[in-house]
Amino acid sequence: MHFSFFSLLRQAFAKHEGWPRQWRDPEPKPAYDAVIVGAGGHGLATAYYMAAEHGMRNIAVVEKGWLGGGNTGRNTTIIRSNYLWEESEALYDHALDIWQDLSQVLNYNVMYSARGVLMLAHTIHDVQVAKRHIHANRLAGIENEWLDPGQCKDFVPVLNLDPNIRYPIMGGALQRKGGVARHDAVAWGYARAASALGVDIIQNCEVKGIRRDASGAVCGLDTTRGMIATKKVGVVAAGHTSVLMQMAGVRMPLESYPLQALVSEPLKPIFPCVVMSNTIHAYISQSDKGDLVIGAGTDQYNSYSQTGGLHITQHTLDAICELFPMFRRVRMLRNWGGIVDVTPDRSPIIAKTPVPGLFVNCGWGTGGFKATPGSGHVFAHTVATGEPHRIAAPFTIERFKTGRLIDEAAAAAVAH
Amino acid sequence: MSRFRTEAGGRVKRDKVLSFTFDGVAYQGLTGDTLASALLANGVHLVGRSFKYHRPRGIVTAGPEDQNALITLRRDAARETPNLRATQVELYQGLEAESQNRWPSLKFDVNAINGLASSLFVSGFYYKTFMWPRSFWKNVYEPRIRAAAGLGKAPAKADPDRYTSRYVHCDVLVIGAGPAGLTAALAAKEAGATVILADEGAEFGGSLLGDAVTTIEGKSTDAWMSDVVMNLAMSDKVRMLARTTAFGYFADNFVALVERVTDHLAAPSDALPRERLWQVRAKQVILATGALERPLVFPENDRPGIMMAEAGRSFLNRYGVKVGLRAVVFTATDSAYRAAIDLKQAGVDIQLIADLRARPPADVVDEALACGLTVRAASTLCGTQGGLRVSAAEVGEVNGDLTIGRKEVVDCDVVLMSGGWTPNINLHSQSRGRLIYNETTQNFLPGAPGYDNVSIGACKGTYDLSATMNEGYAAGEAAARASGRKGGMKKGFSSLGGLAMGGGHLGVVPHDRDPGRVKAFVDFQHDVTAKDIKLATREGFQSIEHVKRFTTTGMATDQGKTSNMNALAIAAKAIGKAIPEVGLTTFRLPYTPTTFGNFAGTARGDLFDPIRKTPMHDWAAAQGAPFENVALWKRAWYFPKAGEDMHAAVNRECKTVRTTVGMFDASTLGKIEVVGPDAAEFMNRMYVNPWTKLEIGRCRYGIMCRDDGFVYDDGVVGRMAADRFHVTTTTGGAPRVMNLMEDYLQTEFTDLKVFLTSTTEQWAVIAVQGPKAREVLAPLVEGIDIGKDAMPHMSVREGRICGVPTRLFRISFTGELGFEVNVPADYGQGVLDAIWREVREAGGCAYGTEAMHVLRAEKGYIIVGQDTDGTLTPDEAGVGWAVGKAKADFLGKRGLMRPDLTGPSRKQLIGLLTVDPKRVPDEGAQLVASAAPAKGSHALGHVTSAYWSENLGRSIAMAQLENGRARLGETVYITSLTGAAFPAVVADPIFYDKAGARIDV
Repeated sequence: MHFSFFSLLRQAFAKHEGWPRQWRDPEPKPAYDAVIVGAGGHGLATAYYMAAEHGMRNIAVVEKGWLGGGNTGRNTTIIRSNYLWEESEALYDHALDIWQDLSQVLNYNVMYSARGVLMLAHTIHDVQVAKRHIHANRLAGIENEWLDPGQCKDFVPVLNLDPNIRYPIMGGALQRKGGVARHDAVAWGYARAASALGVDIIQNCEVKGIRRDASGAVCGLDTTRGMIATKKVGVVAAGHTSVLMQMAGVRMPLESYPLQALVSEPLKPIFPCVVMSNTIHAYISQSDKGDLVIGAGTDQYNSYSQTGGLHITQHTLDAICELFPMFRRVRMLRNWGGIVDVTPDRSPIIAKTPVPGLFVNCGWGTGGFKATPGSGHVFAHTVATGEPHRIAAPFTIERFKTGRLIDEAAAAAVAH
Repeated sequence: MSRFRTEAGGRVKRDKVLSFTFDGVAYQGLTGDTLASALLANGVHLVGRSFKYHRPRGIVTAGPEDQNALITLRRDAARETPNLRATQVELYQGLEAESQNRWPSLKFDVNAINGLASSLFVSGFYYKTFMWPRSFWKNVYEPRIRAAAGLGKAPAKADPDRYTSRYVHCDVLVIGAGPAGLTAALAAKEAGATVILADEGAEFGGSLLGDAVTTIEGKSTDAWMSDVVMNLAMSDKVRMLARTTAFGYFADNFVALVERVTDHLAAPSDALPRERLWQVRAKQVILATGALERPLVFPENDRPGIMMAEAGRSFLNRYGVKVGLRAVVFTATDSAYRAAIDLKQAGVDIQLIADLRARPPADVVDEALACGLTVRAASTLCGTQGGLRVSAAEVGEVNGDLTIGRKEVVDCDVVLMSGGWTPNINLHSQSRGRLIYNETTQNFLPGAPGYDNVSIGACKGTYDLSATMNEGYAAGEAAARASGRKGGMKKGFSSLGGLAMGGGHLGVVPHDRDPGRVKAFVDFQHDVTAKDIKLATREGFQSIEHVKRFTTTGMATDQGKTSNMNALAIAAKAIGKAIPEVGLTTFRLPYTPTTFGNFAGTARGDLFDPIRKTPMHDWAAAQGAPFENVALWKRAWYFPKAGEDMHAAVNRECKTVRTTVGMFDASTLGKIEVVGPDAAEFMNRMYVNPWTKLEIGRCRYGIMCRDDGFVYDDGVVGRMAADRFHVTTTTGGAPRVMNLMEDYLQTEFTDLKVFLTSTTEQWAVIAVQGPKAREVLAPLVEGIDIGKDAMPHMSVREGRICGVPTRLFRISFTGELGFEVNVPADYGQGVLDAIWREVREAGGCAYGTEAMHVLRAEKGYIIVGQDTDGTLTPDEAGVGWAVGKAKADFLGKRGLMRPDLTGPSRKQLIGLLTVDPKRVPDEGAQLVASAAPAKGSHALGHVTSAYWSENLGRSIAMAQLENGRARLGETVYITSLTGAAFPAVVADPIFYDKAGARIDV
């Protein structure tokens, strides 16, 4: 059923009893043309574009738990494309383009809200790095602008400009098209649209093995719901990618860390945009419901525990309270962790693998949500055609062997 | 006193009357009241509006699980606190509270119109609409949704209160001081354990505080509690923390507690923090967190005046407040009968007890009948009436087929409901304990714990009072024993008249209303009704996490304490699965909302991050130098003379260094002492340079890569002895270089005999640079020949200066004759004073980091982290000469051999001279091939450093440029944020004294 105000109105009269399932709940078929492993945002988007743009209708997404239940449903929903390197700019800006009318395309309100993302600078080194990004982005045609402290305050009236704080604000880089979206709706919207195109989304179906034929090529998946034959597998499993790829004998350059986030109790509108401070580790916005949504850093040690350290949360709230001292009396409602898969250069892998028929999309680290539509779009091309999409081409696994890194973390190198 | 306050009884102090206001109206309460009990004593039930439909809402519970009674407390403009629960706010003289989420007033809220359109505003409606036209989401729909959502307002001003933190260890941490927790603490104490007993309430006693009839060991509960609490308080092994919530349970029995120190005081002392964070590491944890009463889900169950039965009893017995005058009791549990009896005996008219159960236990019913109460079994509520307060309940008979028979409208001003008890397993679950569903009691109970803890009493499903206390005592004894104390004692407790807590009902009760239309609330705060949950399952949201996220049930500020089990039951029934198959959403911290300030603690202002100051910091400040933050350090930025701006000061400093002499505080540079028989081999492996042949007394510029082959850090290293190196690092890099060295030493190079000591703060370092540097130092140095030949460039000597020991380096980061004087930190200022006298006599100056940057850029010396960015090899950074090519291995060697690090089009560090010599490019500006590059043009590189050079009378810049060294003399264009790109010529990065003649004098 098409979603619109009128369908809502019609259903209101019908006591909402006519709404169909948003996605089917099929039994797995014995065979598919391709199977995506992992029904997070990236996996579902991949399946959707494979069906919508590459005509692949006999495909499935298998998911160990419930769709959208991993990092898609745990992140702080920040969307931006002001990355440094040309490869990253192309990828994230491709996603930002798709965000613009994603609600309309999917017929699902994903609540993309271009509230602006302001990245604060607190030291001379921060200013240099921010300006380097702005110059690079502008050259690439990506909007990003420098605000002096007064302009920052105009944009975020609750910002503390006191020059006597430990790291006073020296300005910030603003991407106005950046913003937030409703994370669950992204997963659900893609799931609904993909399901409508014939994609089987199979939840509670854990992959236990990747089968390969005599030539070494992929020929099927062993799952908790039986064997599924397929010649193409796309692994999109975030923190658990390494485990899955090991099943096909592929060792991944990934490390997994807990990354925490938290929300406050709901407040009346007070925070108009997204503010990030990489230097003092604070990422904050306010949801439509009114919660302050705050991102923390990763734990220092590898782990699959979804409870991160208390000191990490403390460190983040230190920073929040320093930048916005009126929030000290606000209360934390919920604090949680997700497992992020981090590559050596902090850029993702969207690639073919040494195993014929096996493709992988992972390594999004702490910032994958924003890329969801773009990631799915280029990975769909990669899986469907067997060759990397132009934008995905640099994001190989081999780059860690050849040295052709796309190092976003290094570019923000620490002060001298 | 009002007619809602009893004549006597309760724990309130009747002779201590307090005045307070709610929404500007003045009321009176008693010491010992909560804001909720004080309002109820004044007949006020309406305290808030719901989130979505803005329906009027009243106080439902007497505890931390209340969804409705959220208010803003105001002490002054900077001390407004939104979203506090009136049930937890202790009354104090002059308290000012306001209701939230209503306009213009609580009684008349314009947004209540949402309720009229509620047939549209079902769960998830916003995913289906607000999509056209596209621009309307951001500009029209979203702002309106936002304005209607939210609860209280954030404070307008910075919070002036303090928050502190304590770290403690104990044998046994007992969480919850009801009957189970008290006996557990008692046993642990008697067994010799160190104990922390924490309870969120103002008083210890838990459920006993609201109990007027029970006796324990023949004493009244009050007397028994007083004895136990006194007994515990007298022990120096027991720390008792009231008003303290255990909100987070971390790995290995690390538990975070927050103590609210001053919120209950009318005039808190400035000496006290508002809250205190206790970070407890306990050998054993005992969870005695009780159980929470569940609402019943029936039509129109949200009107003010409809509340939990046990809350009604607690308000009566603990606070001396009758929650109404005419009550209907609607229950599926035994415990509500006791509430009815207690209220009846206090003079409240109990119209009837409607028991959902066809056959409630005879003893329970008989006791009620004996007290003159009317009991109707197999009865339900099909609805309620009333506007801002419930005025009647529609009681219906439930037939055997669950249809409704005879109905009757019963007048009342309060409905006491009880849907059963939910064990409070939050902390058990947070501690990674397993949960087991009990079919009989329809509860999730604690299974195997994740760490060394045990659940006791009602949170484990033990409801009988004697059994609870026996369990508590045994658990306390066992925990003490498990933590290494003696233990061995046994004790049994006897009690009479404890609360019967059997029965219970999950999900919607039977009723005869249209389930597609009527509102039977599951989550009061978020306006989630039973039909919303059914809608979610109909639309395919069948995992409980999906149901939660789609309907927002359980996402309110109680995090589902009262709503989760009902929601789960409704969803399970709709899907046709058993409850444990549908599962429970994850419990997360905090147990109840916890102040940000409590986490941030003292980290504000100067205490936000440690400030590292050099021994000569105060001297620089006295000279008027502003400081620059570099990592944790404060570094003197420049030394302005009267009337000078930064530019003028830096120009003067740069000129002075090149013409006479300058003095610079270089103490922040990282310093690591590498010592041991294998020190040279260790250095060989860690740095790209060869070290074996470095002579004692000589220095070498060291470059460190990580395993990826990219430059990681740099610094001058002096060989003090065959087995001793004085290593320097960048200011910001010192900790990570030390960590990296230790990491390799301890995990990879275990064959090497080396030890590492950070000596950054042990040495004060004064750089003296310029043609007159030797002249300045000569009179001060003892025992070292600092002549040109005796002490050549890149050498180090040990001796004395101004009578104190020194490691004197002859090195230069300016390109001039230069020395760096290292003296023990405590002597830094004294030696600096002496040098400063000589410098001034020689016509020199002090210079700061900015001049240092300019001077080094004139010489093309790189700053790691500014000119390099983790993507340049040593060769590309212009220091390839440092790499020991003959070495078998070093950190990064393999990385450097990767094909893309040796291939074409790599960037190299070069110099840039702008065609317009006055123009200084932005640091970070991109290099392009034309003045007007098309959007998306490839960047050839970027400017890493750019300065005005007063010595050269023009701008200079360093840049990373693809194939840069092959492009010397070519023109490239530098992007500008204000206009077109402008031209510059690629040049050698050494702009000044290419031959290095000035250094070697």
